[in-house]
Amino acid sequence: MATSTMETYFSEMAAFLDGALLPGEVYTCTLDAEVSDFVRMNRGKIRQPGTVTQRYVRLHLIRGRKHAEHCLTVCGDLARDREPLRQALAALRETVVELPDDPHLDYATDVHSSRVVRSDPMPAPEGIIATVLDAADGLDLVGIYAAGPVYRGFANSLGQRNWHEVTSFNLQWSLYHRADKAVKTGYGGFDWSDQAFASKMRGARERLALLAVPPRSLEPGSYRAYLTPTAMEEIAGMLCWGGFSGRALATRQSCLFRMQEGAAALDASISFTENTASGVAPAFQDEGFARPANVPLVKDGRLVGSLVSPRTAKEFALATNGANASEQPESLDMAGGVLAGDDTLAALDTGLYIGNLWYLNFSDRPACRVTGMTRFASFWVDKGRIVAPVNVMRFDDSIFRLFGERLVGLTSETELVVSDESYRARSVSSKRLPGAVVSEMAFTL
Amino acid sequence: MPDIDHLPKLSSLSCDADFWSLRVVEEHAANYSVRKNVAQPPSFLVDRGAMLTVYDRGGHGYAATCDLSTPGLQAALDRACHWARASASRSLVDTRSLPKPAPRGHYESPFAAVAGWSRSDWYDVLAAESAQAACDPRIVDWEASVETRTAEHRYLTSAGGEVMQRYRFVMPNLSVTAHGNGDTQTRTLNGYRGLAQQGDESILERFAYIGSGRRIAEDALQLLAAPNCPTGVSDVLLMPDQMILQIHESIGHPLELDRILGDERNFAGTSFVTLDMFGTYRYGSELLNVSFDPTRPEELASYGFDDDGTPAQKVELIRRGILERPLGGSISQARAKLSGVANSRADGWNRPPIDRMANLNLEPGDASLESMIAGIERGVLMATNSSWSIDDSRNKFQFGCEWGQLIEQGKLTTVVKNPNYRGISANFWRSLARVGDAATVAVLGTPYCGKGEPSQLIRVGHASPACVFTAVDVFGGEN
Repeated sequence: MATSTMETYFSEMAAFLDGALLPGEVYTCTLDAEVSDFVRMNRGKIRQPGTVTQRYVRLHLIRGRKHAEHCLTVCGDLARDREPLRQALAALRETVVELPDDPHLDYATDVHSSRVVRSDPMPAPEGIIATVLDAADGLDLVGIYAAGPVYRGFANSLGQRNWHEVTSFNLQWSLYHRADKAVKTGYGGFDWSDQAFASKMRGARERLALLAVPPRSLEPGSYRAYLTPTAMEEIAGMLCWGGFSGRALATRQSCLFRMQEGAAALDASISFTENTASGVAPAFQDEGFARPANVPLVKDGRLVGSLVSPRTAKEFALATNGANASEQPESLDMAGGVLAGDDTLAALDTGLYIGNLWYLNFSDRPACRVTGMTRFASFWVDKGRIVAPVNVMRFDDSIFRLFGERLVGLTSETELVVSDESYRARSVSSKRLPGAVVSEMAFTL
Repeated sequence: MPDIDHLPKLSSLSCDADFWSLRVVEEHAANYSVRKNVAQPPSFLVDRGAMLTVYDRGGHGYAATCDLSTPGLQAALDRACHWARASASRSLVDTRSLPKPAPRGHYESPFAAVAGWSRSDWYDVLAAESAQAACDPRIVDWEASVETRTAEHRYLTSAGGEVMQRYRFVMPNLSVTAHGNGDTQTRTLNGYRGLAQQGDESILERFAYIGSGRRIAEDALQLLAAPNCPTGVSDVLLMPDQMILQIHESIGHPLELDRILGDERNFAGTSFVTLDMFGTYRYGSELLNVSFDPTRPEELASYGFDDDGTPAQKVELIRRGILERPLGGSISQARAKLSGVANSRADGWNRPPIDRMANLNLEPGDASLESMIAGIERGVLMATNSSWSIDDSRNKFQFGCEWGQLIEQGKLTTVVKNPNYRGISANFWRSLARVGDAATVAVLGTPYCGKGEPSQLIRVGHASPACVFTAVDVFGGEN
């Protein structure tokens, strides 16, 4: 794969920083950049189309055990960026001398350079949007298409260079029947296929037809339920919110600390792994440490590992495994089970088919108890047959129970759910998840 | 201070579109933190970029860039123009019908030009609070931190508009976690980043920040020993640092006009509020008065103009419980044919403006805190939000707080942990029974209101008194 302009820029910027250092100084530096087309749609038309080109450099200056960091936007022309970079370095130099030693400073000193480039040309976004809107003719479609290259780079004054460049697309759309009744679908990847999109759209239209039946309102209570991989992603997302963090576990703030203490366990079929090897996130982190191909987190229902950043490693005398400061999984895999995909409705028998969950939060974090809403296409199933959509319901239940004594089974097929988040930048995280049947799930409102 | 005075002139850019605008944003931030008595390395941010927006042939397009040279801005303008023309035949909004703003003016936060505290001043204060928080071996984690930020936002239009707005923000934070007997409890000073205002370091005095490290540590220890909040139906007295979340989630978001118009249905959701409700719908009891107020100087989201150039002013949205106006900027107003407010806002140079809350305040009433407590026979005081969840129509909610205290026969009694309550927005505000007086008001906010595709996190402010609601479903955690 040829070197992109952005990669060349980063390489030359690192060379400039190498030459700008004073004796006794070390730098680490990251580049987060993207050129993204964002096309927002509503009512089957275009609401807001645009392109964002952004480049953020995070420069970290270390002198002995003193250090500070400065993040700045750069224009991408090194001739003009040298001066702001020089100023940032000077300001950091001035700051660092005044700071106390940091007992928890750590950064990679072994050099592990790497390069991953997956950057095939994409079709023009205008053509893709025309395909999408043509396919949705007569339908109430709302959604977003986000596409383009995402760049992540790392460099340090020890000579390490890491480059991660991926060009991808992510189309997320909902077809609305009326009010809050809709089918949400995602299609993401690296090579747009009109056929693959058409197949997804056909599936969405078929599910939309199911929403034409008058909805059923359920009374609060416990119901047997099937959670699709998309719904499971929301539950797994709660575990990712500090659950696997080495620091949160050490300070007993993780929702899984009772598993660490042996006071709670999940069903023996539950396993979680941070699987960097098969995800879309970079295999290096902000201090330059390489990430292992995989880190087992939960195995056979027991907590067996955590994500440990270099800083946490120093503070709690642990070994780092290449986690970023947030210590959140970026490529979480949940192992599948034995339920065949075609058998899920039969396994559910009578109960709630939950297509999507929404807006989860902890109602009692130490008990791993979570509340949230059903959303989009969720249905009442009677004797293995979908009979009606259900109006939104609030659940409030413990993951220890749902993935513990109440777990009936996991589907054997797992689904890759690529994050569509774009707060400040397009996310490069993903999760691979099965569906799950649970014997009871507590609904409260 | 930021300096974006060296930008190319608008006249150096060329575009034959019906209308175009240039919005330049430069923000400088510093973050300091002392965690477990260890000074964390400081971090600094300079975030500078521009967005070009074009209306042409009925279409609309934008392009954002961090290359502020003339060629860089021209390339972005060309791209925005391309999008406008490419989308014209399928545009949801016919931009030929939209106003072509030409605002002129400026806005400045209080103390915007003041240098503020030095780094060492901040570290001294944060270190002192951190040291005070470490008062017991059961305190397992604690942190005192602050983000200070200055910003310059410039808006220029092809119709002759020119607006400059300068901001200064101070956002201190305190958090303490205690662990014991198999339980963990965290207490913060008014929530995570709930202390967030424009202006200077006087925010520390207004919220008694200095000395709070020890106080909230003792609160966390008290919660460890407390029973769970009981389950049942009772009155609740919500303190301002929970009221702001209640207002935000179950009044602010449902009144956003772009949600009502369907733009957010694929992500943030829709609204139980419909266009026909404005002017007649009873949103809450007679005591409910809610205003959009970007004019309160210290409040986090005060400004002179929104990001589509509409001049900002205070507007009443709910008066004596009746819904009057939505939170919709000029484009949404044109689409809905309703009056709105100046709330079309972007969270930075690289995201387009959408309808946001800005400052959304509940107007004070006449009840003192003492009289509200004395008037409750059986209830729970809840303070400081810790958990928030609401459905995509912004109706069925469940919220949790850090701190609870029973009210029995007019008196505060037992401290309880994990206080949660749930309800339905459309009914809940009608159970508003008492509204605290001005002495109970706190001006708080959050820098992290999430919404939009692509996603955005924006600063919003909320001022609220303490309030009493009757017959609420309350409950606690598990043992």
